[in-house]
Amino acid sequence: MQNSPIREFLSKRGSGSLADNSFAAVMLLCALSIFAIVFFILTILILRSHQSLVQFGWKFFTRQAWDPVSGDFGALPFIYGTLATSLLALLMAVPLALGVAVFLTELCPRPLRAPISFLTELLAAIPSVVYGLWAVFVLVPLMRDHLGPFLVKTLGWTGFFEGANFGVGLLTASIILAIMILPIISSLTRDIMNAVPNSQREAVLALGATRWEMIRIGVLRNSRIGIVGAVMLGLGRALGETMAVTMVIGNHPDISKSLFAPGYTLASVIANEFSEATGDLYLSALIEIGLALFLVTIVVNTIARLMVWAVTRNAPARVH
Amino acid sequence: MSTQPISNQRPPLDLQTRSMRLNTARRNATNYFISALSVLATVLVILPLIAILFYLIYKGASSLNFAFFTHIPAPVGESGGGMANSIVGSGIILLVASLMGIPIGIAAGVYLAEFGRGKPLATAVRFTADVLNGVPSIVMGISIYSLIVLQQKHFSALAGGVALAIMMVPTITRTTEEMLGTVPHAIREAALGLGVPKWRTAISVSLRTASPGIITGCMLAFARVAGETAPLLFTAFGNQFWSFKLNEPIAALPLQIYVYAISPYDEWHRLAWAGSLVLIVLIMVSVTLVRIFANRGVLKGGS
Repeated sequence: MQNSPIREFLSKRGSGSLADNSFAAVMLLCALSIFAIVFFILTILILRSHQSLVQFGWKFFTRQAWDPVSGDFGALPFIYGTLATSLLALLMAVPLALGVAVFLTELCPRPLRAPISFLTELLAAIPSVVYGLWAVFVLVPLMRDHLGPFLVKTLGWTGFFEGANFGVGLLTASIILAIMILPIISSLTRDIMNAVPNSQREAVLALGATRWEMIRIGVLRNSRIGIVGAVMLGLGRALGETMAVTMVIGNHPDISKSLFAPGYTLASVIANEFSEATGDLYLSALIEIGLALFLVTIVVNTIARLMVWAVTRNAPARVH
Repeated sequence: MSTQPISNQRPPLDLQTRSMRLNTARRNATNYFISALSVLATVLVILPLIAILFYLIYKGASSLNFAFFTHIPAPVGESGGGMANSIVGSGIILLVASLMGIPIGIAAGVYLAEFGRGKPLATAVRFTADVLNGVPSIVMGISIYSLIVLQQKHFSALAGGVALAIMMVPTITRTTEEMLGTVPHAIREAALGLGVPKWRTAISVSLRTASPGIITGCMLAFARVAGETAPLLFTAFGNQFWSFKLNEPIAALPLQIYVYAISPYDEWHRLAWAGSLVLIVLIMVSVTLVRIFANRGVLKGGS
């Protein structure tokens, strides 16, 4: 038995644990590289923005000055522009996205379902610069000649639509942002609504509810945490969106109540001024803006992911 | 069963009272109203897409010509010219990005699906990948600028490729993991039972079975970064002339579209539309192909 050919063959072949372990190590290394990437981005941003961090401290984010000539920098106008455009975009996109998700999961006839979700996914695949191009040549004139005057006439009393309307400004940027974040919010919301068990729907229907009551009580109420998460993911996208916004926001560091006024966002000031930044302080101020953007989007995304996970974690894999 | 008249027993169930009828009417009206609103929302979302697509095709098709694919940009004031160098430049940058991003992404996905099941480390990697996915592309641009361009002292195609590669990794990792998750355990166990080492099982059995889905993920990541402009602004920088070297500034299609779109010249606007059409056709063809193959090829019945 000791010298059976099989045993001999196996002992000659070895256990292969070396190959196995090194393969596992390489895979682990690649997985760890994802941590490394995040860590390295953070480190390099802090290192390069050191000068501005030291010089301005926390006041950097509450000061309104932006004067490259005299070396005086503050990020408040950009923070205002980013928040204003993102929140306005959410205000426009969320109801529409919810409508689409409700339509796709609850109302849509089956044969239409796949084409419509495919179309909304295509909307997500269009590059940001193409949205920007469309906005510059279609949305801006539309805003200047039709939508703007209409808004002044109907909502002028609110004070949000004052001053000259050039077509570029906070409102135009918000509209293009809304169009861009719609697909992500609606497809995530759709996935979350699909994760609600059918028994919930049937229970509510069995009590004699109409379809809307079933959606409200059985579906929306069960998935509200996930929906908030999806909205926050959309917010994360909107905060960091660069090209399309840069092309239509007007690029002027100003804080104005009017939505027609040109503004500036954190991302677009980097895009516009980074390559022509002269002087170390100017450059490090811009990198500090990048650092702020990085940290804010990480926090927003983390909260959002946790919320989406809380809902879809136990759901069975989606089958189309 | 009994002889007592039933109607006396349950007066509250009379559905025909006035308030009951009103209530039902109100509830039905709300139902129809909300349904109509959600249909309207869907139409409002589809509309801009159709508008953008049609306008793009209308504007782009009228300015596309043969020279667009064969010539480099003409100087200001001269008509004609094309974006041949940008198309080639985009190709080079994307090739560099794919060569770096795809292997790392797939390997990380293999770790998550094959080795890290249930480990806290795997959960952390998964979560970090999701978060990294949401980091704005412009931030990638300035970090790669700080790391590579400042060291090299000049813009380069390599830096652009690295920036895009980093953006590809999280997407590919997550799709690879999901696709490997659909491979039934019985297949792996069969291979292991035949004495195949684990690394060989992962490559020849798991990855091979899930390959259509993984290729889909890679194509989607590719399509996503193909249209990225922001990370290339300070890394690849753009170039008006032919360039094939990795350590020199190189032209890219999205960059060129951006430069032309914000320029004041009609001729350049025309080229920007044509470039957008080319870019979007490339992206849509790949997304559609992926969709078709994914539906056909994905493993059925796995869990």
